[in-house]
Amino acid sequence: MRAALTLRGESLLSRANPLTKFVAVFLITLVLALSIDWVSATVALGFELLLFPLAGLTPLLLWQRGWPLILAAALGGWSTAILAPDTGTILLDVGIWSISSGSLELGLGFMLRGLAIALPAVLLMSCTDPTDLADALAQKAKLPHRFVLGTLAAMRLVGLMAEEWQTIGMARRARGVGSRGTPLQRIRATLGQSFGLLVQAIRRASRLAVTMEARGFGGAQRTWARESTYSPLDIWVLVGGTLIAAAAVAAAIGAGTWNLVWAATG
Amino acid sequence: MTGISAKQTPTTSKKSWRVVDIVVAALIAVAGGVIFWAWSQGANVITAPLNAVYPPLTGLYAGGWMIPAVLGMLIIRKPGAALFCETVAATGELLMGSQYGTTVLISGLLQGLGAELVFAAFVYKKFNLPVALLAGAGAGFFCGLNDSFAPWGWNIAYAAGDKAAYILFTAISGAIIAGALSWIATRGLAKTGVLSSFASRKAATEPVFS
Amino acid sequence: MTPNRVGGVRPAGVTAQGWAWRHAGRPRPAVQGLDLDIRPGERVLLLGPSGAGKSTLLHALAGVLGDANDDDGEAGDSDESGSLLIDGQPPRAQRGRAGLMQQDPETQVILSRLGDDVAFGAENLAVPRAEIWARVHEALDDVGLGHLPLDHPTSALSGGQKQRLALAGILAMRPGIILLDEPTANLDPAGVLEVRDAVGRCLEKTGATLVVVEHRVAVWKDLVDRIVVLQPGASNDSAVLIDGSPDQVLEQAKEMLIRAGVWVPGHVPATRPRNSAAARAPGSAGPGQLLLAAEKLAVSRERPRRRGFKTLPPTPVQSGISAQVRAGEALTVTGPNGSGKSTFALTLAGLLKPVAGAVSATLELSAGAGIDPYAWKAEQLISRIGTVFQEPEHQFVTGRVLDELLFGPKHLGHGEERVDELLERLRLTSLVDANPYTLSGGEKRRLSVATVLAAHPQVLVLDEPTFGQDANTWAELASFLSELLDAGAAVVSVTHDREFSSVLGGTELALGTPEMAAS
Repeated sequence: MRAALTLRGESLLSRANPLTKFVAVFLITLVLALSIDWVSATVALGFELLLFPLAGLTPLLLWQRGWPLILAAALGGWSTAILAPDTGTILLDVGIWSISSGSLELGLGFMLRGLAIALPAVLLMSCTDPTDLADALAQKAKLPHRFVLGTLAAMRLVGLMAEEWQTIGMARRARGVGSRGTPLQRIRATLGQSFGLLVQAIRRASRLAVTMEARGFGGAQRTWARESTYSPLDIWVLVGGTLIAAAAVAAAIGAGTWNLVWAATG
Repeated sequence: MTGISAKQTPTTSKKSWRVVDIVVAALIAVAGGVIFWAWSQGANVITAPLNAVYPPLTGLYAGGWMIPAVLGMLIIRKPGAALFCETVAATGELLMGSQYGTTVLISGLLQGLGAELVFAAFVYKKFNLPVALLAGAGAGFFCGLNDSFAPWGWNIAYAAGDKAAYILFTAISGAIIAGALSWIATRGLAKTGVLSSFASRKAATEPVFS
Repeated sequence: MTPNRVGGVRPAGVTAQGWAWRHAGRPRPAVQGLDLDIRPGERVLLLGPSGAGKSTLLHALAGVLGDANDDDGEAGDSDESGSLLIDGQPPRAQRGRAGLMQQDPETQVILSRLGDDVAFGAENLAVPRAEIWARVHEALDDVGLGHLPLDHPTSALSGGQKQRLALAGILAMRPGIILLDEPTANLDPAGVLEVRDAVGRCLEKTGATLVVVEHRVAVWKDLVDRIVVLQPGASNDSAVLIDGSPDQVLEQAKEMLIRAGVWVPGHVPATRPRNSAAARAPGSAGPGQLLLAAEKLAVSRERPRRRGFKTLPPTPVQSGISAQVRAGEALTVTGPNGSGKSTFALTLAGLLKPVAGAVSATLELSAGAGIDPYAWKAEQLISRIGTVFQEPEHQFVTGRVLDELLFGPKHLGHGEERVDELLERLRLTSLVDANPYTLSGGEKRRLSVATVLAAHPQVLVLDEPTFGQDANTWAELASFLSELLDAGAAVVSVTHDREFSSVLGGTELALGTPEMAAS
């Protein structure tokens, strides 16, 4: 399933160190999180869309992979619009629902902000290989290598588990467990199938752990066959991230829409 | 019987993580990440009616995200298991494309912490049903706090009463979906023998309440 | 041979004295009273019935059993006594001195890129970077994978290639002893030879010691110079039952090994012969009656994919397959890995939707349920077509053997009376209260066949039913199926096993090239 999101091939951004990419994206995210306003979100969103070709993503691919995120952002905006404390003219008032011009603006800003936070993560992951990420986390961020590599190895089994999920579904149908029926029956069938998968997953992981230990894994000292490195490109990534964040804030302050979350929610 | 050769290597403490603990915890977490991802996709479809009626009700759906924290700890039974599993699960979701962007890592960390604190309060000695329910509720409570008060929280703009309702719902959901389901799953797994190398191998015969 | 100089490998010797090991949570030791000496450079085949502790011994030598009493010192934790040493040192104290390969190829691969996976062990031994890559290239060449790029995705390898990759990863550590735990049990015949030959070449080159556990003796007989037969632990007896050169042991202990389910070279287990003039069982279709037909079938495991607003059909792994399934007749589906054998069988069994072409059930089989098995409800399916999957655990739906068997009949509302007969016939009576997952490999196989048959299907589809089974389970299964065939059932089996298909007789459908028909 992960393959659906990670692109093979060498785009410019895929050559940057995962850690710097992460820091850049996180910076943008934090800045956007501080304010709910449509200006900062729109500016950031615009820059992000410009960057997508550098990660090898086309608008079509983006839509195919990103539509659930877009839908989620829309829903988030809706719930904020009807639940935020009302300010300005009341536009709609039905029982517990009420939308005012103030809450609508908040909802809209919220929706755009949601997108501007979600999309760079898609960008980040579509140009980052998990193996490179693990190398960077263990060698550069100095996270304990046993945990990083154990997780990386476990991740490899996930694709396998997706296949096994399908096989178990068929195997259970061959035993008379239907995946069709009332919602309750379907929930029960799914729980049973999940349990079957969990058993296989733990068996496999236990065997994988034995394989890893038998290859000497688990000691304190280890060398790295491939070095995780920084290059001048990483400076550009950091500068780019900072510029986008700064541009978003500057535009919002300039337009007078900068609206700190705590202030916005009173 | 004495372990002649065992005594010659440094004996690991019972609280430290073995390779098998790490890999199995990570797989539970990553599998959780996949389930999360499916759950997040499903979240839009299933919570849409809830959202339309009264948005805080979507909190009732939140428990699915916290299964790795409770399940991981119930199986591995080592300090940090809830925190580790939930954080890795969030990383897994991020890798697959999350609507929450990189803030999903913070949510994961906090939810894991919520469950971890409960297990730590029982000095990692109790893994019965009430503790599992409490841990689930703890994860849910922290999830609700994060969503309602952190700047990146999706419900930051809610009115105070709605926030309180949302937090209550996430805690209930955490207790039932993450707490109870994980506890039942652990007992089932113990019966199959796959937990034979873990401290939880006897989970199926442990008392429910004490 | 100059073992000390080639590739820096120093062959390792093993000494066990009164060694015993009990796994945590088990009442009895897995191995007890083991006295064994293996000289450096020796090649040993380890045999014995299931439960003799062969895998436990290999895990101990690989240093992966963990410390005894390391948990909380309560009763029920693992126990060790006596000594088991490699070159006079406990295995756990010598990382990388032994290399272990296990059965399931998927868990022998650790990382997603070929080169990284081979380098993993050397990295853990803190080998300097430049030397790691030299070792990686050498090891990949030694196992015959040197032609692949270092960033080749390991998920794209076949089972045999994955095991050879695992061997490369082991070699890169330069171990003095190589431990193989049923390394070829999950492979097709071509993969078995691939792996065996790669192991042989590497031993010639490095002179490392070998201990291999495998119940198909013929595969390893010519490569080893000693066979050791273990027996399940009994406190007064020695764990080693027989020890000697391959020819000597096979001659002396042939009958005993056959009884223990070991595949002894040149011996095909006795099975019940097909009765060509089979009596027609009451209520079932007459022999030769057409039950199920596949016409110009194209098959794939993938579902149609949505790309934006378009729906793309999956690419079939095999197409143009036509076959007929008839009462009282066996159909064997053969072909190399990747030829879509299992996918075809699952499509025929109504579990996968055909990409093109059609599977149609005749009125004899469908009995009012409609022509397309894929459209049948689960209850309708199981009483008509029963499918036994390769991995029995995938089909377990309850927590108790008896409930497993009763599950189908309960859903159908009839057939519970047949359960006792199946329990008896497949020797499961003493296990009725056990959790299905805790059974041995052979027991799980027998249970999975019994549970599917409890719903009384007229067509039985089996995916690699004999994979990894010992000779006893094999013979039982073949005899049982031959009986079912004579009673009028149709049996479709996907298998590489020539002996098995010759017991069942019938026709063979050989997949491989795109255009196929039943021969």
